[in-house]
Amino acid sequence: MGFWETILSRSQLFVRAVDGISFDIKKGEVFGLAGESGSGKTTTGRLILRLTEPTTGKIYFKDSDITNISEKNFKALRRKMQIVFQDPYESLNPRMTIRDIIAEPLRVQGLSSEVEVEGRVREALEDVELVPPEEFIYRFPHELSGGQRQRVAVARAFTLNPEFIVADEPVSMLDISIRAEILNLMLALVEKHRASFLYITHDLALARHMCDRVAVMYLGKIVESSATEKVIFEPLHPYTKALISAVPVPDPTSERIEVVIPGEIPSPINIPHGCRFHTRCPVAMDICPKKEPAFIDVGNQHYVACNYYQ
Amino acid sequence: MALLDVQNLRTYYTTLRGSVKATDDVNLQVEKGEALGLAGESGCGKTTVALSILKILPPGGRIIGGKIFFRDENIVDVKESEFRKRIRWKGISIVFQGAMNALNPVYKVSDQIVEAILTHEDVSKKEAEERVAKLLETVGLDPSRASNYPHEFSGGMRQRALIAMSLACNPELLIADEPGTALDVIVVAQVLKLLTELKSKLNLSMILITHDLSIIAETCEKTAIMYAGKLAEYADVVSIFKQPLHPYTQGLIGAFPSIKAPKTRIPSIPGLPPDLLNPPSGCRFNPRCMHAMDVCRTKEPEYIGISKGHYVACHLVGMK
Repeated sequence: MGFWETILSRSQLFVRAVDGISFDIKKGEVFGLAGESGSGKTTTGRLILRLTEPTTGKIYFKDSDITNISEKNFKALRRKMQIVFQDPYESLNPRMTIRDIIAEPLRVQGLSSEVEVEGRVREALEDVELVPPEEFIYRFPHELSGGQRQRVAVARAFTLNPEFIVADEPVSMLDISIRAEILNLMLALVEKHRASFLYITHDLALARHMCDRVAVMYLGKIVESSATEKVIFEPLHPYTKALISAVPVPDPTSERIEVVIPGEIPSPINIPHGCRFHTRCPVAMDICPKKEPAFIDVGNQHYVACNYYQ
Repeated sequence: MALLDVQNLRTYYTTLRGSVKATDDVNLQVEKGEALGLAGESGCGKTTVALSILKILPPGGRIIGGKIFFRDENIVDVKESEFRKRIRWKGISIVFQGAMNALNPVYKVSDQIVEAILTHEDVSKKEAEERVAKLLETVGLDPSRASNYPHEFSGGMRQRALIAMSLACNPELLIADEPGTALDVIVVAQVLKLLTELKSKLNLSMILITHDLSIIAETCEKTAIMYAGKLAEYADVVSIFKQPLHPYTQGLIGAFPSIKAPKTRIPSIPGLPPDLLNPPSGCRFNPRCMHAMDVCRTKEPEYIGISKGHYVACHLVGMK
């Protein structure tokens, strides 16, 4: 659309970031949400924590409908639901000391006396292996490396003993050799606190090693979801198959099965009709541009949204 | 005779706080039609190697030692005016990291590639534009889109346009710096496929710079692993993955879980990459190495050949 048309037109354009998804996460489970850019995975994580308002739909936490509760009431919920962001350089306030950053959730929730806060901060730093704590509590974020900053973000997220953690690409901006350590640390803390974990990533290889179940998203919809082993080794949806085959394998001798799909992800403003993947799908049928497939269980709790299976 | 032979390259950056030993004694060779993967984490010096080869180091950076032989000529000593006429873009070219931002947003894509051609070759604008159309086809882009602006291209298309630009003067060696950054998984697969096709179709030599070892496994014949400005290990790609000798290489490979491999706890390398203003004495990897011995803390390991084409700089390996 031209400049003036955009300004003067009355039609409202929407970015359908998340367009009708349903999934559940069990207690103590590590659930992966995988997809490429524009898939809606980050928005989903933010929606659950009300960092973005849902347009329609319902979100249940421990059987309570939390979709429309007020911000004031949500505050109490935030003790139980926390997030670790992708960018360790932006998610920490550069003007606060490490101690204040980790103590902030405690102070906001008015939960502890200052004496208790001190103890909790030290414990949190020990949990994320930033030891000795004295060396870190009075430092500022810029004095720490990316990996250390992310540990602080993790410490902050676990300070309140949450029951549910969302991590959005928590290691993609860190050097390779320290990623595993941060991930293993998060898994250990999740286990220690018996929390549930929503792990958002574009890296399917990491999702495979971290998650009990995985949901694959494309352009705002979940296209496939099941136990990780099933999704990785018995993928049903053509997009999942393409995504898995596109993941480079760190083994020069392994056989490469290529599932080539052309083009790139369409704009979420102009979502293709019918099945939104049909424009790139190698096995698209006549019905695909017309009928949006339902997300159904095709057996053994393996869910897929694809006209081929209906 | 290798197309590119880098010998004992030393590139340092002068800063207010001292000399950053970004690249220290690096050796590598690229044969015609071969792809070399240059791997390492941020700050290891791999981009500095590329900038040194193309002599486009930022202010403060200088090649202070070593030789770079391209087509048997030591290009370190070639004057800038000569280098621009004969070597840069015509012999060796580069696709920079972060394709999204490398294109000028206020110029049409075609004009930018034409500019590259006209800078290095004495041809008419019309001829250059015809070449652009062919170049775009070579990289899988529709030539009619040459008159688009960069913002009208998707990320993957911009990456292809940059590859087209790098091929504008028919170089023999293409350096691709982190070709997968900021691109979706499937687009990266498409770009890698394109690079592999170009390699065989045009007999193009390549240096693929990346921290992602999986990409190297899929596209390269040889691999050089850098750590803190030094070469840790260098071998053909199968040897690197099947018989990694340097503890850092072993750790790095372990850090890339294969999507198909059995589920395991991903091993990690403790500690942090060092400060290159003040690198550790002895072997630069010693503070993080679980096999570190006393000699590792005091003496730098020699870079030695273990078997045909397999080189390592490690005291432990050297002792066996």
